[in-house]
Amino acid sequence: MAAATVAIVGTGQAGFQAAASLRQDGFAGRIVLIGDEPVSPYQRPPLSKSYLAGESGLDELWLRPETFYAKQEIDVLAGDTVTAIDRTVRRLRLASGSELRWDHLVLATGARFRPLAVPGAELDGVLPLRTLGDADILRERLGQAREVVVVGAGFIGLEFASVAIARGAAVHIVEVTRHPMGRVVSAPISRFFTEAHIGWGARISLGTGVARILGANGRVTGVETTDGQRLPADLVLICIGVIPNAELVSGAGLAVENGIVVDEYLVTEDPAILAIGDCANFPTPFALGRVRLESVQNAVDQGRCVAAHITGHPAPYDKVPWFWSDQGDLKLQIAGITTGHDASVLRGNPESGHFSVFCYRSGRLIGVESVSQTADHVVARRLLAGDPGLTPEQAADESYDLRAHARRLGTR
Amino acid sequence: MPQITYVHPNGTREVLDVPVGTSVMRGAILNSVDGIVAECGGEMMCATCHVYVEENQLGRTPTQSDDEKAMLEFTASERRPNSRLSCQLVVTPELDGLVVYLPETQV
Repeated sequence: MAAATVAIVGTGQAGFQAAASLRQDGFAGRIVLIGDEPVSPYQRPPLSKSYLAGESGLDELWLRPETFYAKQEIDVLAGDTVTAIDRTVRRLRLASGSELRWDHLVLATGARFRPLAVPGAELDGVLPLRTLGDADILRERLGQAREVVVVGAGFIGLEFASVAIARGAAVHIVEVTRHPMGRVVSAPISRFFTEAHIGWGARISLGTGVARILGANGRVTGVETTDGQRLPADLVLICIGVIPNAELVSGAGLAVENGIVVDEYLVTEDPAILAIGDCANFPTPFALGRVRLESVQNAVDQGRCVAAHITGHPAPYDKVPWFWSDQGDLKLQIAGITTGHDASVLRGNPESGHFSVFCYRSGRLIGVESVSQTADHVVARRLLAGDPGLTPEQAADESYDLRAHARRLGTR
Repeated sequence: MPQITYVHPNGTREVLDVPVGTSVMRGAILNSVDGIVAECGGEMMCATCHVYVEENQLGRTPTQSDDEKAMLEFTASERRPNSRLSCQLVVTPELDGLVVYLPETQV
């Protein structure tokens, strides 16, 4: 029997990690990494942070040099697109016309930016931020942009806004909810960052949607909001979330519901097909029910999990989720999933610029959001790996030693 | 160009030219040095670029920030007095000849 082939669809952080971990775990068969972007696997987080700001270059983006893939015997098909999965004969069809037979299929297809369905969205100067190609365009346009409107106050939008302000543009942020980053952070953090952006000079309209985008001669000139404001703009960033790339598996008859549905081993209904990273919808002990997470940590740890699975060491995926965001001089670090908390306490004073919000559900710590307070974040990751056993009173008491508490629990 | 020596747990040494302004972590990644994982890409979020700096060269390395000290509590291998996150060791002419020891594991 010929050596097994693992086909990995997607060259983002998750796909890359699955490939690298397979080799590290001793997988001796063929590994093929297929992605539609015509470049080597790279990191996405800097695209809305240091890379966008011009503080780092391409050398800092690559996950590994080109030589790595040759040395590790990982075939990278960059710039080709998988058009169909045939489960009966275990083959992928590619846009280039070729076919690829596989024994294990890892879907790390990621997500794509969600377009804004309003008149004028096609105008020149209305841009997304998801890929290196997007970031290169924005990096250049920010050089000339004077008035920027950011539609959507999630992580990406706010990171972009802080870079745009630092590069000298006037920035107006439009957010349809009343809470920036509200899908993923608690009210105190949302408020703190809203005020921070205002302090840096941004204007923010909350509870406001975009009615249409205005233009002249094919170029954007402004944004009209649903509450009737007309905001001048020569650059509009659309960042209202993403759509998981799951069409391939629905075409193959597998379940899709906010991403590709997998079990706790990250396996779909077909035992030979796994899904990881931004595209995967999985059950987790860190939330009620299922989640789909968009983060480096999730991509990396799930890549490792499926590599172990394929090399004969299956284990349920159970890593503590963590996230970060850099905005201006502030660093937001989140451990756990705080969505759905029913109580929260502050540790430290927000006015000092260093504090954390400890979030509880039914009396149990489920997540911690820290602002420029790495020590709390590190402890939180340890605590959440087991039963935190930390009361809200202890969390709020700055004289209570969290490190000692974590040491007593004995988790790493 | 400054030379940095990466010593693997089995004693194998890799000597690399790392440009000034590049971190010891990035130097390892760009040369596919096994044993530096650098999950977060240098954001001080992961502690998977942990190294032990040659004891007598510690004085030449940049001082540790509070964030680095905090994150060093999360290393997979034992933290020692000469533990550093290599993403925080930005190469300068003074770091020419630096020797770093890679831990048994980063994850």
